[in-house]
Amino acid sequence: MILRRPFFWIILAIAALFIYLPLHGNNVSLREDLILVAIAIILASNLNLMIGYTGYVNFGHIVFYGLGGYVGLYLATVRGLNLVAAALIAGVVVSLCAFLFGLAILRLRGAYFALATIGILQAVQSFVSNFDPWGRSTGMYLSFESYQSLGGAMHALWVTYYLIIGVMALSMILSLAVKNSKFGLGLFAIREDEDAAVVLGVNATVYKSIVYSVSAFLPAVAGTFMFYKNGMIDPSIAFEYMLSLEGIVMLMLGGQGAVMGAALGAGLYEKLRSYLLTSPKLSDFHLVIAGGLLLLVVLFAPGGLMGWFYRLLPRAREVVE
Amino acid sequence: MSGVLASMIDGVLVGAVYGLAAMGLSLIWGVMDVINLTHGAMIALGMFAMYLLYTLHAGTAYLLLLPVMGVGLLLGIMVYWMSVHRVVGRPMLMSLLSTFAVNMMVIGIGTAIWSTSPYNVNYSVQGLTLGAYTFTGNHIAAALAALLIALALQWFLYRTRTGKAIRAVADNREAAELMGISSTAILTIAFAIGIALAMTSGALVSTLFPFTILSGATYQLKSFVVTILAGLGKPFGALIAGVLLGLLEGVVTPFIAVSWIPLIEFGLFVVALVAFPQGIFGKRAAA
Amino acid sequence: MKQLALIGLILLCLADMAFAQQTITIGFTVSKTGALNVDSLEQYRGFELWRDQVNAAGGIKAGGKIYKIQFASYDDESNSKRVQQLYTRMILQDKADFLFSPYSSPLTATAAVVTEQYGKIMLTSGAAEGKTYTLGNHYLYQMFAPAPEYLKVALDSLKSKDPKATVAFVYEDASFSVAVVTPAKAYAQQLGFNVVFSEAYAPNTTDFSAIIDKVIASKATVLLGGGHYADGSTLARQLYGHKVPLKMLTLLVAPDSPQWVELGDAAIGVTVPSQWAPQSTFKAQYGPSGADFAKAYAAKYNTPPSYESAGGYGCGMILQRAIEQAGGVDTAKVADALNATDITTFYGRTKFSTAANEHGLQVGHSMILAQWQKDKSGKLTKEVVWPLPNKSANPLYPIR
Repeated sequence: MILRRPFFWIILAIAALFIYLPLHGNNVSLREDLILVAIAIILASNLNLMIGYTGYVNFGHIVFYGLGGYVGLYLATVRGLNLVAAALIAGVVVSLCAFLFGLAILRLRGAYFALATIGILQAVQSFVSNFDPWGRSTGMYLSFESYQSLGGAMHALWVTYYLIIGVMALSMILSLAVKNSKFGLGLFAIREDEDAAVVLGVNATVYKSIVYSVSAFLPAVAGTFMFYKNGMIDPSIAFEYMLSLEGIVMLMLGGQGAVMGAALGAGLYEKLRSYLLTSPKLSDFHLVIAGGLLLLVVLFAPGGLMGWFYRLLPRAREVVE
Repeated sequence: MSGVLASMIDGVLVGAVYGLAAMGLSLIWGVMDVINLTHGAMIALGMFAMYLLYTLHAGTAYLLLLPVMGVGLLLGIMVYWMSVHRVVGRPMLMSLLSTFAVNMMVIGIGTAIWSTSPYNVNYSVQGLTLGAYTFTGNHIAAALAALLIALALQWFLYRTRTGKAIRAVADNREAAELMGISSTAILTIAFAIGIALAMTSGALVSTLFPFTILSGATYQLKSFVVTILAGLGKPFGALIAGVLLGLLEGVVTPFIAVSWIPLIEFGLFVVALVAFPQGIFGKRAAA
Repeated sequence: MKQLALIGLILLCLADMAFAQQTITIGFTVSKTGALNVDSLEQYRGFELWRDQVNAAGGIKAGGKIYKIQFASYDDESNSKRVQQLYTRMILQDKADFLFSPYSSPLTATAAVVTEQYGKIMLTSGAAEGKTYTLGNHYLYQMFAPAPEYLKVALDSLKSKDPKATVAFVYEDASFSVAVVTPAKAYAQQLGFNVVFSEAYAPNTTDFSAIIDKVIASKATVLLGGGHYADGSTLARQLYGHKVPLKMLTLLVAPDSPQWVELGDAAIGVTVPSQWAPQSTFKAQYGPSGADFAKAYAAKYNTPPSYESAGGYGCGMILQRAIEQAGGVDTAKVADALNATDITTFYGRTKFSTAANEHGLQVGHSMILAQWQKDKSGKLTKEVVWPLPNKSANPLYPIR
């Protein structure tokens, strides 16, 4: 049934484009740019399941990405597992952690839930900074030989790129599938009015637990791949609070609740950020411009870009969702 | 003087500053149900305000707190009109995001002007030595300043008309408006006071440690912990909760490596959020 | 007449081809902002002085060609994520032929991942941690003596003054300081010292009162540790403010900077393990003498050089020699030349390990201990106090 939605094929086309463009002409610079966009889309899409669909603002979303990176890298280097296997196991482990965290904090509402997610992020970062097997504050470094199992460093970088594009496509497909399912309807009901939803028979506790755990899986897998590509991981780069918050900015920019919105917001924001950071005059102002943009969107256009787009072309909704 | 006692005293001193830092957050949250995410950036601006004023006029740094408070009030009014006024009463996410947006802008401008290299305010007051342990004068002065400001705020909230109006709006905005209180004016004042408190605590911290525009983030996190522990809208409660938090740090550090403290604090934070909805002292507004 | 002109033209073209001017692009990042800015700037100045001197002399002459040096450099903001993006950019877009490291062990380890992925030579300075070289690299070359050497000089000096001292280690929980302190603890016990306290603090710590109270409680008389300039200077200030009765205080890196004098009285007596000092008297087989280097540096920057600057200059100098020996800029040939290097310059002896499990580790360079002392006019100066044959002043003990 999902195959009948036109957007499914649009997602595949986007993924194909992401693969074709840098591959054609062996454009490594472009690949490095696009990989950052892909990661932004992965984080934003999965975050959207919590914020856009369920109405629960997760400020500490990046914890899944970082924890996934740590678990996956540990399995791949110290335990010598195959990269994809390590990533999948990391995804499962982190989803389980999310489930456990959820048991503690999902009973909280609104701002209290948001603060609790910050608490979880900081607590995990502090724990990892003290955890010997994972290198404490120093972190873990990949042996330069590790890439040999994937045919040398150059080839390995391409392989990880394809894997990340794959995760990106899966993230968007997941968003689409949930949106068009009964489970998704339940989430929207919770977002609109949780108490009413419960009265009408939606098992809010179970639904919230599931979506919180599920929203952790793909970021954890992506984390393994990305930190494997980076060759190293440490607490300060694994659990960047700012990245977590930028994920929310991307969703606001694109428009919540919409599959395309998350991807568009992530893509545009990442491009803007890269441009600002490498432009010599403007790099100091990247935060100012990003903040200003967010402020304008929140105050005057809370529906984001997609909200504005749908007002222009209401029929587009049928295709793009 | 034993090591543990010295550690506890150090903890109480630094805890008073945590409390002062949290007061502003607690006041704003209690009065208008807005979680001010510019809090950390305002604390950092207070550090730089003290630095700039001290460079212009090196003297008793503590006298410079008054102009810092003044700047804080003005800045608070500006931030309120820029990002909070339109979103008061709307879903909490909106105010979270709008104040976060202003936070990003302040950090961006601060980084552009001052970069992220560390700054110092080279001012010190004579300390107090008991046995082998010395308590630096700056810490003692900062704790005293925090106490004085907390008392002044209590007096303001309970003994002046404006203060009572603020508490009225915090209790029930509609009823207060029916009684003729202009809630917009009151909200602006309350927000401005909150920002002024944040900046003042930053100014005090600047005399204690080196800082950058990003240093406010740690204090913002501690402020969240303290505010949740104390309950909302009870500034003096925030001071006491801050002191307790500092005391906890002081009691624990002699026995375990200092690097475990953040984990304990955030664990405590999550537990407090879940298990103590009322905070230790106060009542929290509807979620 | 025309024939003469034609011959002249041909000769000119030949001469031009024979001495065809090329450029070598060297890429590196500098921590212009962030916690590492003080130390990183000193390293950068070493690079810059070397480049300006080489270009002023016409360039590097190798294999019948002349090469001018140009830099491609960016601000990494003391942040490892930026390092990764920037080194990738320097290799792919700026087409850097060779790389120098950023300043500090963790940033260098991050850069090494990228340079090894793309198969480019990188000379590292300001990075003493040895673990990076055990990961199976092919093109890394370390100028600094590795971490385990650092506190040996301090402990040896202490042994000669007070063999019964009680020792405490307070250090940054980061790769460099951990790599220094872990072997130092073992060495201290080996020398018969009583290690009464040891704890690492999180990077970016600004409040040391909790740890200082523990140091006082442990009754230690000697403290060794620190990390880099920001935390080291704050720790020294706060130790002084708390009136901790230390007879010796050795901090890593921070006290080597000329900026250390800004600590005032808190700076007196502090010792620092150093990779080089202007008072070092090595006979240079290649490159300028120590005195010439220090003079040129002071003339250009109005401040004496620190060991970070010497290390930076050393990177350029050793790379230049390798290019000359290799007769060109081919990566494999230059790598062979670097592997074969065993030479003494003003900086000391430089030799890289070629064993597969520690390729590029510096095995020729040794360290000295420097101390801030007040000279007869009351001004604070840095003197070499250990090893004794190289000393320029007697060690001050106790310092308070």
